[in-house]
Amino acid sequence: MHPKRKQRLTLALLVVVLSSAAVGLVSYALRGNINLFYPPADVVAGKAPIDRAIRVGGMVVEGSVQRSEHDLTTRFAVTDYDGVVEVSYTGILPDLFAEGEGVVASGVLAADGSFRATEVLAKHDENYMPPEVAEALQGKAPGTAGYPGKDSG
Amino acid sequence: MWTFVHKMGSPPWFYRFATIVIRWLLPTVLLALLAGSVWGLLYAPPDFRQGNSYRIIYIHVPAAVVALAGYYVMAIAGLVSLVWKIKMADTAMRAVAPVGAALTFVALVTGAIWGKPTWGAWWVWDARITSMLILFFLYLGVMALFEAYDDKAAAAKACAVLSLVGTVNIPIIYKSVDWWYSLHQPASIKFTGESAIDASMLYPLLLMIGAFYGLFALLVLLNMKAELLGTHRQSAWLRSELR
Repeated sequence: MHPKRKQRLTLALLVVVLSSAAVGLVSYALRGNINLFYPPADVVAGKAPIDRAIRVGGMVVEGSVQRSEHDLTTRFAVTDYDGVVEVSYTGILPDLFAEGEGVVASGVLAADGSFRATEVLAKHDENYMPPEVAEALQGKAPGTAGYPGKDSG
Repeated sequence: MWTFVHKMGSPPWFYRFATIVIRWLLPTVLLALLAGSVWGLLYAPPDFRQGNSYRIIYIHVPAAVVALAGYYVMAIAGLVSLVWKIKMADTAMRAVAPVGAALTFVALVTGAIWGKPTWGAWWVWDARITSMLILFFLYLGVMALFEAYDDKAAAAKACAVLSLVGTVNIPIIYKSVDWWYSLHQPASIKFTGESAIDASMLYPLLLMIGAFYGLFALLVLLNMKAELLGTHRQSAWLRSELR
């Protein structure tokens, strides 16, 4: 290769490598802010700030959903199988909200560890299948829905 | 191999090559898009959780996949333009940007439409959506930068550097769901091991992804031809080609 072109090629590749390194370091420094939500284990461990708008994400614990008889308030527990956070929410829940499914709740964490949500988003997993297949799988493999976080898939 | 690469850099040869490719690609792409849409929207089974609303996957995922791949095409064209100073590479870079921007826009809009009923929100600042928005701005940035210079060679140089720096974003978009907690789920299609999407839904999706790759190639070639028509309108070869 012509030395001039070789020089330009090295320079161009250097630009790519250095900018990747810069972005990599920045996102490593900001990794806490890029995460959309805190897993319940971090909340229980006291890593999540109190009285500030944050998000908590995990699975809705089976049998934990209690709906109020007077208003739209719903109480449920969210878990990542390491910790459990009690969430209360007043409002309409998304269609995919269900026990044993993933949710991301945004709101404020109280000092006593309870979480008052202002918004609840459903988080679905990467599994797509026809209803018949899902029925056939029922009972055979409990928990095919998977934990909604880094570890699934 | 090398003679083919050299020929690609020659505008008259490329113009004729593109004309032949388009003649075959156009009907193939239209047929694949039609077949994939009908298969995905009418014949694929509904999802056990989302019902019929998951069918937007047949537009959302192909558009997003090709928008990412298209960025690499633009960046590689930028690298060739920067190092070897081949004018056809500038043309290719310039032709990819609007197509990529359109595909990214489609992915963002269909994602918002899909997000509302399934997640409960049109827009969330989750890592993947945000990095996809940055991709949209990168494409728009390359388009705007080309227009900002009067000198074409200087414009191509600036755009090549911008697109090369922007390649950092592509692996971030791809791996964002694994690196951070986000609202997006991990990838359903796996290259190794069994995919998390049922085969009856996967095959029409793969067909649509293929069709979108073809559509991307078709639009880029048409764009490049249009650009050559503009820049070489005085040349004898183009006059004889159009006669």
